[in-house]
Amino acid sequence: MSATAPLTSAEASVGLVETKRVVLFTEADPLVLESGERLGPVEVAFETYGTLNAARTNAFFICHALTGDAHAAGHHGDPSRPGWWDNLIGPGKPIDTDRLFVICANLLGGCQGTTGPSSPDPATGRPYGLRFPMFSIGDIVTVHRALVGHLGVRRLLGAIGGSVGGMQVLQWALDHPDDLHSGIMVCATARLSAQNIAFSAVAREAILRDPDFAGGDYHDTGRRPDAGLALARMMAHITYLSDESMRRKFDRRIQDGVAPRRTFGIDFEVESYLHHQGESFLPRFDADTYLYLSRVMDYWDPFGDPAVVAEALRQVTTRFLVLSFDTDWRFPTAHSLDLVRNLAAHRVPVTFREIASPWGHDSFLLEVPEYHRTVRAFLRRMEDEAVGGARAAPAPGDRPAPDGRAA
Amino acid sequence: MRPDLDVIAGFVPPGARVLDLGCGDGSLLEHLIREQGCDGHGVEISGERFLACVARGVPVLQGDIDLGLPEFGDRSFDVVVLSQTLQATRRPVFVLREMMRVGRLGIVSFPNFGHWRLRAGLALRGRMPRSATLPDNWHETPNIHLCTTRDFEDLARDEGLRVVRRVPLDGDGTSSRADRWPNLLATGALYLVERPA
Repeated sequence: MSATAPLTSAEASVGLVETKRVVLFTEADPLVLESGERLGPVEVAFETYGTLNAARTNAFFICHALTGDAHAAGHHGDPSRPGWWDNLIGPGKPIDTDRLFVICANLLGGCQGTTGPSSPDPATGRPYGLRFPMFSIGDIVTVHRALVGHLGVRRLLGAIGGSVGGMQVLQWALDHPDDLHSGIMVCATARLSAQNIAFSAVAREAILRDPDFAGGDYHDTGRRPDAGLALARMMAHITYLSDESMRRKFDRRIQDGVAPRRTFGIDFEVESYLHHQGESFLPRFDADTYLYLSRVMDYWDPFGDPAVVAEALRQVTTRFLVLSFDTDWRFPTAHSLDLVRNLAAHRVPVTFREIASPWGHDSFLLEVPEYHRTVRAFLRRMEDEAVGGARAAPAPGDRPAPDGRAA
Repeated sequence: MRPDLDVIAGFVPPGARVLDLGCGDGSLLEHLIREQGCDGHGVEISGERFLACVARGVPVLQGDIDLGLPEFGDRSFDVVVLSQTLQATRRPVFVLREMMRVGRLGIVSFPNFGHWRLRAGLALRGRMPRSATLPDNWHETPNIHLCTTRDFEDLARDEGLRVVRRVPLDGDGTSSRADRWPNLLATGALYLVERPA
């Protein structure tokens, strides 16, 4: 590994950063969605860290998960409140901003600076609400690509994402086989299971049944479906932790007291924690965005049509790293292995590792040493290939099929 | 590269799709990918060796081959390599079956427990034999399913596999001239096996 001792998160910060905004699609030149619907304007909030090299070969994209935003690393003025992936991204860190030009954008349909259901509909001047068009993971990727092009980059050294971020990485490689030299998918999936969809359904119900939801048009009522959104977040959060991590964090401890109150209020520490998660989510998130993104995930099934997939994967030149965590039950290792199976069956180079971590799905956001070591080693190699000129394995399209068998 | 890996590389056709089970630091696969235009994947149980593969740019899955190869489809590889690994598996027959399920040609190498030095060591000293290829004490060795070349050939026959080629190996892993009495004179052996259609 790196010869130098690993720096702590605080020492290795990219420092003060700011979220920038750019309008990538306009009413006159709109984003055409997979559905054929048109959307414009589309504004994107993004951050960049590090410097693009002269050959423009060191750009690396961060795809955030359901509730993430463009602020992945560094800080906005208070160093004690760094970006959501600051332990992974920074000088000397696995995603090394001394070597890479790192881009992170709030995704399409989001609520943290990029156009989404809470943005004004140019036709009415009022927020879209549920009139925002249904979009797809592919549409999210289309907007990411427009940003990458705007920044003067044609081919990325790679892209990484955890959870729904990993879905974007896979879709990106499938739709645009020349865009990514490498793709890292952490605790991701190639399709939501019935159990996953069931959890999403209940989260949506919590929002839809909130009387303040007002059919999605709560934006100018002065009231928001806070109870529903907080409930959705609380339930989702349970799926991000593991039985083991909850035992370690809370066990059966009673909140600020020795004796249980034996009422229906918050008594156990875990209840207090979930309430806090729900409440702290409200100022930074929008219920309509939650509905849309959860639905986008439900419908996503890139390996659904074997013929289409075979054709898409034949073109793919991306080298994949797939990582899972042994206590993740949101997208368990079986989901990652399904990804691996599909890629390997089509002769796509894929590296896979299950990392031991007690922290469940949330592990991808945490500083789990073997996880970070693996990302670091993989990225250093990818950088050698894409930037430093080390010989890469031939891409699938280049190789001779020894027996003429179709891939 | 280890001399026995050189011998193996010599049996892999250019451009072949190769799976290396227990691929170690990935040096064989790196050679096959770079020099022979192969399409290579490895499986390795050790985290340190997995990371060595990653650093070489060799696609690798960290996993335990004793649990099978469910990630890979039937006959999805031209060649599957099991080099100096069979004797360290808990379920050698299952591993061999999985190997011949996912691959057309199997290349298996192992230390030959029938070598005369090992026989003599047990006969004369009355202790579990040790050698340059099998250096570990009996309670520390990862090699829990040792066999002789005759034993392996019996197993291959029982499993319905055809031995395409047998290469006796010397202690340094190069091919040996012990063609005549390999079970007595070869330190190790390498077999090319296939399942007749």
